[in-house]
Amino acid sequence: MSPVLAVENLTRRFGGLTAVDDVSLAVRPGEILGVIGPNGSGKSTLFNCILGQLKPSSGRVRLDGEDVTGLAPTALNRRGVSRTFQLLQVFPNLTVRENLILAGQEHRGSLLSRLAGPRDAGLSSEAERMTAFFRLSHLADAKAGRLSYGQQKLLDAAMAFMAGPRLVLLDEPAGGVNPTMLGTLRDRLKALNAEAGATFVVIEHNMDFVMALCTRLVVLAEGRVIAEGEPASVRADKAVIDAYLGH
Amino acid sequence: MRRLDLNLFVLLLGAAILWVAPAGFGNYGLYVLSLWLVTAVAAMGLNLTLGYAGQVSLAQAAFLGLGAYATALMTAKLGLPWWLAFCASGLLCFAIGIGLGVPALRVQHHYLAFVTLAFATVVYLVARNEQWLTGGVYGLANIPRPAVLGDKLNGNLPFYRFVLAVALGLALVQWWILRSPWGRAFQALRENPLRAASLGVDVRLYTLLAFALGAAYGGFAGALYAPLVEFIDPAPFALSQSLMLLLMVIAGGAGYFLSPFLGALVGVALPEWLRFTGGAYLLFFAGAVMVLLVVSPQGLMGLADRAVQLVRERRRRPEPAAAPQPSEVR
Repeated sequence: MSPVLAVENLTRRFGGLTAVDDVSLAVRPGEILGVIGPNGSGKSTLFNCILGQLKPSSGRVRLDGEDVTGLAPTALNRRGVSRTFQLLQVFPNLTVRENLILAGQEHRGSLLSRLAGPRDAGLSSEAERMTAFFRLSHLADAKAGRLSYGQQKLLDAAMAFMAGPRLVLLDEPAGGVNPTMLGTLRDRLKALNAEAGATFVVIEHNMDFVMALCTRLVVLAEGRVIAEGEPASVRADKAVIDAYLGH
Repeated sequence: MRRLDLNLFVLLLGAAILWVAPAGFGNYGLYVLSLWLVTAVAAMGLNLTLGYAGQVSLAQAAFLGLGAYATALMTAKLGLPWWLAFCASGLLCFAIGIGLGVPALRVQHHYLAFVTLAFATVVYLVARNEQWLTGGVYGLANIPRPAVLGDKLNGNLPFYRFVLAVALGLALVQWWILRSPWGRAFQALRENPLRAASLGVDVRLYTLLAFALGAAYGGFAGALYAPLVEFIDPAPFALSQSLMLLLMVIAGGAGYFLSPFLGALVGVALPEWLRFTGGAYLLFFAGAVMVLLVVSPQGLMGLADRAVQLVRERRRRPEPAAAPQPSEVR
């Protein structure tokens, strides 16, 4: 199967520092690809280059074969690429429902239909479904800023799915989330993958979370891919152990 | 968003009271009330730009002036009907808002403030110096009152009610805009433009729309202002008046739907009430506004909002502990 996302020889330099060094990877439809690596290994820079927040110094990013290198985040999102951020990014003064509707509304109709049409842009039932799916129904009318950290993380993830994306990039979804909530999050992401065939790329530090969630791993160290494969084989890889434990 | 429905109720109730109440008012009272409503319309526009989309404009009085001059020229000089001038004033300011916004919104915030500052100065200078068009410092006189169903609104009470009806109509239009998905997008780009962009919200387009719509409301207010005062000169459209409008929006509570009405009350009525202090009125006025903003940075509506929250929280059982607020990242 042709990859949903292909990163080809991507390099990003900051002055003398090469944060991402000639990285190539392919994300297949329906997989959950984990990108792991020690702090400073270039994971976030790689994400930001893929997502148009940063321009790569060289290399290409392709979405279903189409060259999308350097495309702005809004344009990329309209092509079906969703993301969550490492630090919380929900709209605290909007309710949970409003947050979800916002996440979907720009993918529906024209600018004028959004002015003249219904207030919920026809997304109420979809938002309902999403709150139920992420176990947030009882909080649908609460302002997002009043939710616990873990609940906000769930909402953040739910928002990424509102527009029916082809590909979702999750930047440290487990960071700062308590174990119970983490279980819910992992379980929900796996369900989305199994039921809806959603494709993910996940950056994560929490190894238990990654091992339980991902179908394949790519390991970065000092900006380069040092290992790739099934979670179990990657875990046993000598280069990976060295990178994590130091030389 | 549910608060917007409450706002609609307050708006309609207020309009009904304002329709009936001033029947016994003298000409001066009716004039001040009309001026208050016109100022509120201009402030409504700025509230959209600043309060909802988070952009600082220092040119709202200039847009008011553009609308007023356009209306004066079209009705007094060309003899065209008022409603035509009204639409043209709004459209003109909307178009200029787009023209100004396209380059200026590449930079935003402080830089947008500078661009609008320059624009406000240019408008003032044109109004003062281009005598052939604007009458210069002598201004334009004999601006006719609009006519409704062939009846010219020469009486002050009918004209006041006319202003009230138009202001209500414009408030209803804004209410509709803010409760539509546009309003949600405006709020999103004020709260977190980075996240909004990653959800497909075209940040530049929506910011431009908010700015141009705000400018259009300035133009509409100008179209009401010209027949109210019947004589216009450049002074009410100077930069200081733009700053005054900014102050009104902030004192009223930027980002609250009803704040322009309260803010305009502060800006129009407070100086009138402070007349007894004679020359020291500006001192008192400035003092009052500063105290207000120290007590409630969210302005008068913020004060009201806090009171409502307090009452509600006493009534209901304690909520789950508020989430820790993560520091914002840009």
